[in-house]
Amino acid sequence: MSESTAPKAVEAPLNFLDDRLGSTTFFKRNMKKVFPDHWSFMLGEIALYSFIILLLTGTFLTLWFKPSMVEVVYDGSYTKLQGVKMSEAYASTLHISFDVRGGLLMRQIHHWAAILFMASILAHMLRVFFTGAYRKPRELNWLIGIGMFTMGMLEGLFGYSLPDDLLSGTGLRITQGVAESIPLVGTYIYMFLFGGEFPGTDIVPRMYMLHILLIPGLILGLITAHMMIMWHQKHTAMPTQHQTEQQVYGYPFYPVFMAKTGAYFLFTFGVLALLGAFAQINPIWLFGPYDPGAISSASQPDWYMGVLEGSLRIMPNWEITAWGHTLSLNVLIPALLPLGIVFGGAAAWPFIEQWVTGDKRHHHVNTRPRNAPVRTATGMAAVTFYGLLWIAGANDVVADRFSVSLFATTWFFRFAVFLGPVLAFIVTKRICLGLQRKDADVIGHGVESGIILMSPEGRFTERHEPAREEERVVLLSKENARPEAPAVDARGVPAPGAKGPLGHLRSRLNRAWQFDDVPVEEHAENGHAELEGDKETARH
Amino acid sequence: MSDENKETAGAQEPRERVIGTPSPARDKALLADGDMSAPAGAGEQLDEASAKRAERIVALFFLLAFAGSVAFIAYYIGWSGRDGGMHGVLRARESNFWLGGTMALSFLAMAAGVTIWVRRLMASKPIIQERHEFAADPQSRAVFAEDFMAGAEDSGLTKRPLLRRTLLLAAAPLGLAPLVLLRDLGPLPEKRLRSTHWGDAVEKAKRQGKKGVRLVVDGTHRPLKVTDFAQVGSMITVLPEGIEEDVPHDQVLTQVAKAVTILINVPEEKFKPAEGRENWHVNGIVAYSKICTHVGCPAALYEQTTHHILCPCHQSTFDATDAAKVVFGPAARPLPQLPLDVEDGYLVATGDFPEPIGPSFWERG
Ligand code: HEM
Ligand code: FES
Repeated sequence: MSESTAPKAVEAPLNFLDDRLGSTTFFKRNMKKVFPDHWSFMLGEIALYSFIILLLTGTFLTLWFKPSMVEVVYDGSYTKLQGVKMSEAYASTLHISFDVRGGLLMRQIHHWAAILFMASILAHMLRVFFTGAYRKPRELNWLIGIGMFTMGMLEGLFGYSLPDDLLSGTGLRITQGVAESIPLVGTYIYMFLFGGEFPGTDIVPRMYMLHILLIPGLILGLITAHMMIMWHQKHTAMPTQHQTEQQVYGYPFYPVFMAKTGAYFLFTFGVLALLGAFAQINPIWLFGPYDPGAISSASQPDWYMGVLEGSLRIMPNWEITAWGHTLSLNVLIPALLPLGIVFGGAAAWPFIEQWVTGDKRHHHVNTRPRNAPVRTATGMAAVTFYGLLWIAGANDVVADRFSVSLFATTWFFRFAVFLGPVLAFIVTKRICLGLQRKDADVIGHGVESGIILMSPEGRFTERHEPAREEERVVLLSKENARPEAPAVDARGVPAPGAKGPLGHLRSRLNRAWQFDDVPVEEHAENGHAELEGDKETARH
Repeated sequence: MSDENKETAGAQEPRERVIGTPSPARDKALLADGDMSAPAGAGEQLDEASAKRAERIVALFFLLAFAGSVAFIAYYIGWSGRDGGMHGVLRARESNFWLGGTMALSFLAMAAGVTIWVRRLMASKPIIQERHEFAADPQSRAVFAEDFMAGAEDSGLTKRPLLRRTLLLAAAPLGLAPLVLLRDLGPLPEKRLRSTHWGDAVEKAKRQGKKGVRLVVDGTHRPLKVTDFAQVGSMITVLPEGIEEDVPHDQVLTQVAKAVTILINVPEEKFKPAEGRENWHVNGIVAYSKICTHVGCPAALYEQTTHHILCPCHQSTFDATDAAKVVFGPAARPLPQLPLDVEDGYLVATGDFPEPIGPSFWERG
């Protein structure tokens, strides 16, 4: 557009780099990289920026935090705890809160950022799942995402435990109990983690190392891989007019996306600063130092631990003792199974789907959730399962709110975690199919125009008009069910995917995947020629 | 109904009358977000007058952001340090509000400014880019595979099994070595989890010719007389006397974490002692481990009317009158009971818990 050359201050360093690295080719190629636009695409960005904020605020905290369980007598400026014996970790956290200017703010922003980080990852994962953006060729990034969420849980657990206050000690105690329940090696893991018996004096320094070095390093590595893969593969796009499998449509990285994403970063930081300033979180000075005999009855972990908490609460007290050994199913099952199902299932899902549908193509245009009813319904079932367990983690609050007995809520959740997902599956699938029917209707017969016609005989009808082109493209993005390849091909050779019991299962699942699909298509004969309006054919 | 509608519409259109006000159906969007959720004004020829206005608004936000950061710095330097700096909750709160508030203002104002700038002032047009195939064509794959095998052959790895196998052999223990290094992370469990400090303390007392070790109140370390604890329905947390002195300093918390015990005075007539433990209580005063057998939270709540001990973590409930049997919740085992007796009017423990306290583990049996 403009003929002007860059100012010297920009050009000189660019030339410097180019002379040595040949970087101009790279910049030139990527400067105009297209970023398709959709509100849901910013969820991942929020996660990224929360992480950056965690790095910044966390680094600030390390300047004063002392990861030590040596007992000291507090003599800082919080008068209510003066003279109380506590660990150095707790005392230094009090120091950060009350004697370092901006320390409380950084602590609160750090904690809020941790919560936002996990929440935005989860939201981001849900959008990727429900739009089918994880499909080939993006399975790797899907797996990386699951890895990051899991590590975020650990990272949060360790961070929460660092200040060594009453709540964090309780969290650690539960960690110890869960470690002990592991068959065969449980007590060894317990001893090796704590450097002896609980709480000992090693656990805080060890978690500190994990929290500020090892796990953030791993997450950073995964984020880097995530971003590079994303950059290389280009974004997926929601099915709209200009988005096809062959091309992306959107605004260029420089300057539009750069500015927009900069604004998101500022928004994220701004909102977290607002929360840090006005919403108190984890006021450790109210809980007091860790005391193994004490507990605060209202202890609730951070939200991302709620599922574990809920599973532990509603599990029946099964325990097997035989041949001198004890198997604590009451701890082992809730600690491993629910998250194992959700995240293991999520990790395996892209490959299962590929196997069932036999669809090995690349997908760059996303699916609208309604157009993959089984996927959407499975996702909703998982969300329901997770959500119910999460709420069960606060069953005492639920019992209190709704004035029912704890006993009743526990039994309710014991059944609901099994029935809820099934119900969610059925309802979601129904809704998806209903929406498909509606889409088929719009394509077949147009939209209601709100114009009422009276025929000479006096009958009233509403005029239908063809949907706008943009809408038609979206609706027609649906890929209708394809008849399955016959189990035996023309030459009598069985299709590779349909052999044996596994092949059988595969074809049955394949049928279940698409048997009730509602085709959304234009009817060539009575097509929209007779409808009013522009008669462009939709591009597909 | 629509099929019919179409027919009528086709055949008799000229004579139909339109009833009511037609809604602007053409513009009715079925979808909330078309593909134009991108900058609204961007890509179009900017109207210079409105652009000027937008620019002024953006500038205003940027100025606000500037003011926010300046206020942040000014507060920090000029005000937060008055009277010798921060001290206590009030000043921490105040500083938190000012620093956080100005910081938030600065970020949010800047974010708003940039957003308006993108939406109203950027003239970039949306563009289309081709996606490319990632995979190499089969031919290049084949060539690569060939090169790979050729390299392996040149290296001799494929032709010399002795080389290959000994190399693998050499590598295997090398991977294990770091694991061995982790051995000193902690001691082996051995019998550690099977006893508490009550055992040692009772032994020491017995060596001195006493019946057992006195119970002291957690916190005050005051020995407890039977008469001090005569009120039915009360509950208190106790420890073995001398635990703070007899244990190495850095082990105190760890030993306390195992030995914490709750002492409950249940109505004697309701109390059903377990078999073989008929004389473990003193007129209905019983002692149970405070560490929940589920995953180890302190079972700290006692309900007088039902005589239930409740663990607040996952609501395991134990019956204090019935050897702390589990009546509800995920815990599988009763809280271990501590044998009690009286000596010189003081409550004493006459032995350790008969079984490991706290969560179950594989070797527990
Ligand atoms: C995904 C990344 C992270 C998560 C989820 C996370 C989470 C947390 C949480 C929940 C706390 C407790 C805060 C509180 O006291 O209320 C915490 C404390 C802490 N974190 Fe992080 N953190 C992360 C990354 C980091 C990094 C990268 C650093 C350092 C470079 C760091 C340094 C610290 C320190 C020093 C504390 C203890 C000080 C205190 O509690 O006030 N964190 N973290
Ligand atoms: S720790 Fe007591 S119920 Fe879970």
